Amino acid sequence: MPGYRFDLCGAGLAALASGALFWPDEGALILSDLHLGRSDRIARLGGALLPPYEVTDTLRRLQADLAATAARQVICLGDSFDDPAAADLAGEHRRRLARLMAGRRWVWIEGNHDPGPLGPGGEHGRELRLGPLTFRHVARTGGGTPGEVSGHFHPKLRLAGQTRPAFLCDGARLILPAYGTYTGGLDARDPALRPLFGPRALAILTGRAPVAVPF
Amino acid sequence: MSTLPPPFASWFAERGWQVHPHQDDLLARAAEPALLLIAPTGGGKTLAGFLPTLAELADGRHRGLHTLYISPLKALAADIRRNLGRPIADMGLPIRVEDRTGDISHARRQRQRADPPHILLTTPESLALLLSYPDAPHIFAGLSRVIVDEIHALAESKRGDQLMLCLARLQSLCPGLRRVGLSATVEDPAAIGRFLAPHPAPCPVVLADPGPDPDIAMLETEAPPPWAGGGGRHAIPAILDEIRRHRTTLIFHNTRAQAELFFRDLWLANDEALPIAIHHGSLAREARQKVEAAMVAGDLRAIVCTGSLDLGIDWGDVDLVIQVGAPKNVKRLVQRIGRANHRYNAPSKALILPANRWEVVECQAALQAVRARDLDGTPRGPGPLDVLCQHILIAASSAPFAADTLYDEVRGAGPYAGLNRADFDACLTFCATGGYALRAYDQWHRLVEKGGLWQLRDPRAAQSIRMNIGTITATETLKVRLKPRFGGAALGEVEEEFAATLSPGDTFLIGGEVVRHEALRDLTVEVSRAPGRPPRVAVFSGTRFSTSTELCARMLAILAQDRWPGLPAHTADWLMLQRQVSQLPRAGRLLIESFPVGAPGTWPGPGPEAICLYGFAGRNAQQTLGLLLTKRMEDEGLHPLGFVASDHATMIWGLDPVTDPAPLFDPARLRAGLDDWLAGNAVMKRTFRSVALVAGLTERNHPGRRKTGRQATFSTDILYDTLRRHDPGHLMLRITHDEAMRGLVDFGRIEEMLARIGGRIDLLRLPRVTPLAAPLLLEVGKVRLQGRARERLMEEEAARLMAEAGLAGPAPGG
Repeated sequence: MPGYRFDLCGAGLAALASGALFWPDEGALILSDLHLGRSDRIARLGGALLPPYEVTDTLRRLQADLAATAARQVICLGDSFDDPAAADLAGEHRRRLARLMAGRRWVWIEGNHDPGPLGPGGEHGRELRLGPLTFRHVARTGGGTPGEVSGHFHPKLRLAGQTRPAFLCDGARLILPAYGTYTGGLDARDPALRPLFGPRALAILTGRAPVAVPF
Repeated sequence: MSTLPPPFASWFAERGWQVHPHQDDLLARAAEPALLLIAPTGGGKTLAGFLPTLAELADGRHRGLHTLYISPLKALAADIRRNLGRPIADMGLPIRVEDRTGDISHARRQRQRADPPHILLTTPESLALLLSYPDAPHIFAGLSRVIVDEIHALAESKRGDQLMLCLARLQSLCPGLRRVGLSATVEDPAAIGRFLAPHPAPCPVVLADPGPDPDIAMLETEAPPPWAGGGGRHAIPAILDEIRRHRTTLIFHNTRAQAELFFRDLWLANDEALPIAIHHGSLAREARQKVEAAMVAGDLRAIVCTGSLDLGIDWGDVDLVIQVGAPKNVKRLVQRIGRANHRYNAPSKALILPANRWEVVECQAALQAVRARDLDGTPRGPGPLDVLCQHILIAASSAPFAADTLYDEVRGAGPYAGLNRADFDACLTFCATGGYALRAYDQWHRLVEKGGLWQLRDPRAAQSIRMNIGTITATETLKVRLKPRFGGAALGEVEEEFAATLSPGDTFLIGGEVVRHEALRDLTVEVSRAPGRPPRVAVFSGTRFSTSTELCARMLAILAQDRWPGLPAHTADWLMLQRQVSQLPRAGRLLIESFPVGAPGTWPGPGPEAICLYGFAGRNAQQTLGLLLTKRMEDEGLHPLGFVASDHATMIWGLDPVTDPAPLFDPARLRAGLDDWLAGNAVMKRTFRSVALVAGLTERNHPGRRKTGRQATFSTDILYDTLRRHDPGHLMLRITHDEAMRGLVDFGRIEEMLARIGGRIDLLRLPRVTPLAAPLLLEVGKVRLQGRARERLMEEEAARLMAEAGLAGPAPGG
């Protein structure tokens, strides 16, 4: 499995170029901020009618990552659905998601967009501990938990003229980029984001191949 | 014999003024449903437009709105309100005049809707907003005349298309409505007439006396201009001399970045501390207003400016205009020259300064064209469909409508006279359902049809539609302010793309001063003054126009001369040398030079071979040609590595020499490359962004919302890629394609060039780079090829930064 390999509190991880995180020892694929159903939610609220293809597109990429990693479990770090109503996916998308979920453990962590247990089955919780790692939606400020893996911020970084979604990590904490097709990003150096990390933190940019850089 | 009513006649007489014949004409023909006045700057154009209104309102019997005045600039509306105030006060006319733009208070706007003035001065966007309210019929009840000022400028943009759709709407509300267009000198008055008139009504044209020929010459300097690029800084001593010799000089630049660099150097050389200032669209409003006020008061000797001073605000006593850099288009040059000597029937005085050798030839061509009164222009083609989509949403916000009625009404607008029903229906479907191949949003359609009338499903949507009215889609910018402890004054704006490249400590130019980037806070770049530090250049969006077809043709004609007595010696010698070692490009043929450009490792990079083709098709088309040809060369195994384009030529470098150019220029294959390969290009994405905003597919980033929900918004590039992958036939992609072909891609001019050369290609194999090709080596904007090049650059940059940070291994934090 190609990817940028690194260590977080003793767990050997691989940041994939797609924006997913793979943990080979646990056979776990970790994703954040899928924002499924975003176009539907915007339309429901009377806004623009965006191209209604982002669920198809996000699930297509997820299917490819599952096939490439043969993951036994999937952990979604919240904001998997753009709002609770969006979790009620249209028939074809629901079936497609069910096929991806079949035969593997699937954990939905709550996000601010999708609090509470939602439609598609699987396990559900506010956070999950697995070995040395703790998975939650938003990173805790202050001391925090060593081995915390979260999402929420949609970090991105600009390098050599290109802006890309990026993993951010400082050896104690990891924040994942948004995986959903219709998601934007927050600059990794933003005052809301950068102070969460120590001075020697790395950003791992997604794209054709992951690229690590201090930020 | 004048048709002036008595109070007006004596008002003119008291001032010792003569009524201009065209002002009289407009009074006499006030009943025409549509009328176009073409007059040079300073010809009393605006008063001509208003005289019939003042005459009709003089008896005080009209109730409600009588005349709507529309200008492209808010500042112009405020200016006109002051100017109209004088005759109205002097003659004691019972007329209320108000302006309405985005700048006036909410309370006043509410009151204007309830109790409209007799004369309302506004902009196309504010008019569209008024028409989106359910009470539009009440607001416009009684409206009798519409005056469209600077219509030549509006007719060149989507703002004008939107305005004409709005006028069609007004025509339905007020059937007797009469229209008057006021225009500067243009190449095709009849086309502007068709644009303005309610289709199919005719539009008579009133031509004012164009006045004497301008006094215009090339500014020759002791130092020869540089080979490429420019900005005219070599001519600063000569320009300072001119400033000393005149009362007020306007110095026009084609881009904001050039204006900033020029102003800085001019200021450094200004030993006598002459009062000079800079004015362009990226400066803070406060800064611009200060310059404008100083200029009107006659306190300034020179203003370095860009197109932001192009339109007809009364700028006082300008007696010299200097155009720095080739004007790219004769019409704009003529309109700029008109800024000098703002008095009717006095010749305008102008100097034009070529910024490099190529521009010497281009300026010469422009001078010939001005003297021949031969203006250029490109017909704009039919009204774009993204503007129509927005218009449909605006109509729905105002009141339910029947599709047939709206279709008929829209075809009353000149730019949409030829609109077919299928395209109209496609736009309506897009507004209603999104128009996707995949059935979607069944419950959430934006528009629904009830009892034969289309309306908003959710009336609350009207608010977001109103927030997104308008067709100006500038790139995102960030405000620049001094840090609070330095006073916090607003200085202007820079492009987001540029701001993203800045780190604390970097210096750049804005408003003529060097500032140091301190922090980025709440989407504002906070800076401190850093005089004396070398600046990085601010990259402003300043539009890069392509040299017009007519100017290119005139340049080819100049190159065909035996000798060039009219050109400065340095340029004539350069052309002669080219003729000796190669050929000069000729009309009706395409010259391609092929030569080695140095061993691997020397400039231009690893490519030992180059070709230079002189297409004279304008910068955008030459750029596209570079993209398409390098793709063709890749397919033919010629290993291209990169290219650079100017208005006249494209240079491509690579590993192998080109020996047979004909197959590269096969039009069918070039067009095929356009469809599959160019579609993924950044140029198309930029065009798509503007189309998506105008059509209402995405919403504008309003400052407040951006601050809070930054990570929630995503770029239109994602929508473009998604549509291309899943719905390639979608209306938005079709509109994007059509627009790019005419605009940034400019494929029309490539086709025109291919037709012009008709397969007559001269390929010359030469031992070294030629005199004409050499300047291209110095051009900025070189494009590196290879899809993988970007990834490699990123990896190299990352490796360097990792090493710098002492992070050699892959484990973070370690």
